[in-house]
Amino acid sequence: MELKKLEEIFQHKIDNEIKIEPKDWMPEAYRKTNIRQISQHAHSEVVGMLPEGNWITRAPSLKRKAILLAKIQDEAGHGLYLYSAAETLGISRDEMIEQLHSGRAKYSSIFNYPTLTWADMGAIGWLVDGAAIINQVMLCRTSYGPYARGMVRICKEESFHQRQGFEILYVLSQGTDAQKAMCQDAINRWWWPSLMMFGPTDAESSNSEQSMLWKIKRKSNDELRQQFVDMIAEQVKVLGMTLPDADLKWNETKKHYDFGAINWNEFWNVVKGNGPCNKQRLNARIAAHQNGAWVREAAIAYAEKQKNKHKAA
Amino acid sequence: MQAAKENFLLYLADSTHILSHRNSEWCGHAPILEQDIALTNIALDLLGQSRNFYQYAAELIGNNATEDSLAYLRIESEYKNLLLVELPKEDWAHTVLRQFYFSVFLFYLYQQLQQNKDVQIAAIATKAIKEVAYHVRWSGEWVIRLGDGTEESNQRMQYAVEAYKNFTGEFFVLTNYEKQMQIDFELIQQQWNDKVAAVFNDATLSFTNSNFHQVGGKEGRHTEYLGYILTDMQYLQRTYPNATW
Repeated sequence: MELKKLEEIFQHKIDNEIKIEPKDWMPEAYRKTNIRQISQHAHSEVVGMLPEGNWITRAPSLKRKAILLAKIQDEAGHGLYLYSAAETLGISRDEMIEQLHSGRAKYSSIFNYPTLTWADMGAIGWLVDGAAIINQVMLCRTSYGPYARGMVRICKEESFHQRQGFEILYVLSQGTDAQKAMCQDAINRWWWPSLMMFGPTDAESSNSEQSMLWKIKRKSNDELRQQFVDMIAEQVKVLGMTLPDADLKWNETKKHYDFGAINWNEFWNVVKGNGPCNKQRLNARIAAHQNGAWVREAAIAYAEKQKNKHKAA
Repeated sequence: MQAAKENFLLYLADSTHILSHRNSEWCGHAPILEQDIALTNIALDLLGQSRNFYQYAAELIGNNATEDSLAYLRIESEYKNLLLVELPKEDWAHTVLRQFYFSVFLFYLYQQLQQNKDVQIAAIATKAIKEVAYHVRWSGEWVIRLGDGTEESNQRMQYAVEAYKNFTGEFFVLTNYEKQMQIDFELIQQQWNDKVAAVFNDATLSFTNSNFHQVGGKEGRHTEYLGYILTDMQYLQRTYPNATW
């Protein structure tokens, strides 16, 4: 079939909300964009285990420790679904991991910020997972079938993550003065990086237009960011805390919150590797992989031996 | 009898808790994602078991004791966990071997506790034994896989066997409070020996028998490592007394 015809069939499916499946013909750029996005998403889940992992052994109660462990375990599970979804596009998990470790593949820059107090476990759940959910709810309807289906499962767990994060902060907000200060400090540090999670403004976003046409994404970065601000600006009132933005104000005409200017210089610097924890996070992943090499080799060697035994028998 | 039971519950609570804590140090750092999930799952199971034991112990102890006051406000000499579980996690070989030794012991112990006259203890054991059966299988499979994997993995397993040779005896060197619990520890020791021998045989590993045992954990005499674990674990509770989290 000629290329033009294939492209027509493909776009026809997209336009009619028919999911693209692994064996369907698809433009190379569509495949590449999905591999880039899904693997980046998978890496974010796995690297995202580290800042929270920083507090497992110091969790302040047995119940909190159990919830935190379960949450981080969920993230590992999300990483697995997403690596599998990306593999359906013809890339192996080993290749994706190699790209992460060599710096060719990115992960969400938010995880390059440090977790300095217990309140950060709350702020990550509430703000970081909250921002992620807004993006992920949209992705439940993304055009690539395996990605969309993976997202449906992930979203269910993410909403639990956000609730537990908010609950951590709520308990702190009702606690001692030191706990209240801890709560406010965490919100102050995580607010702006959370807004940056939606990516550059629409005017600056290089991948957005084509992705909208292919229904990989369905809302622009700025739309999603606005949705997030509107949600959090209301929820923060329940905590009796404030967001660190003097320009945050309800706009009656727009029926949205106005908010202050984002420091894009900081954003791009963290993306380029100059954030507080970029090296630390990547080194932790590389070390885990390298230290585990002999384990993976042994598992393969053992499986081979077993296979040969069965053959001989 | 009441005091013996409290001590016995704390011994089980502390041992499962501290091993959970050590295993949780792997979270985000395991050799492969699937095993990161598996080991975190075991850490969660053990944590759940420890909470059940702590909660019941707190009930018996009274004086406003809670699972958290027992976990977070006791000092080293009050902790009653086995020395084995507080040793550093080291490499994957040490981690899976320690898990295997401990889980096999726990499995046969819970098997008897299911019939305990104390219905609470019996209920906890009945719930937990299903989890422990899986831990035995998971860790046993890893012992075999690494023992019979590559030359390097076999060597690392053998190092781990050597490292723990003085620490498994503590399971069976009984304290006064264990002696009062009407448990047939001789039977457990026999079952433990048989299970370990069978798995080691499949793993092409040799078990190092030691006549000398490091003991004391069950009575509050620990290695240097426990102090660091508790410092880390108890930091928030100690820094902000009486706060709710």
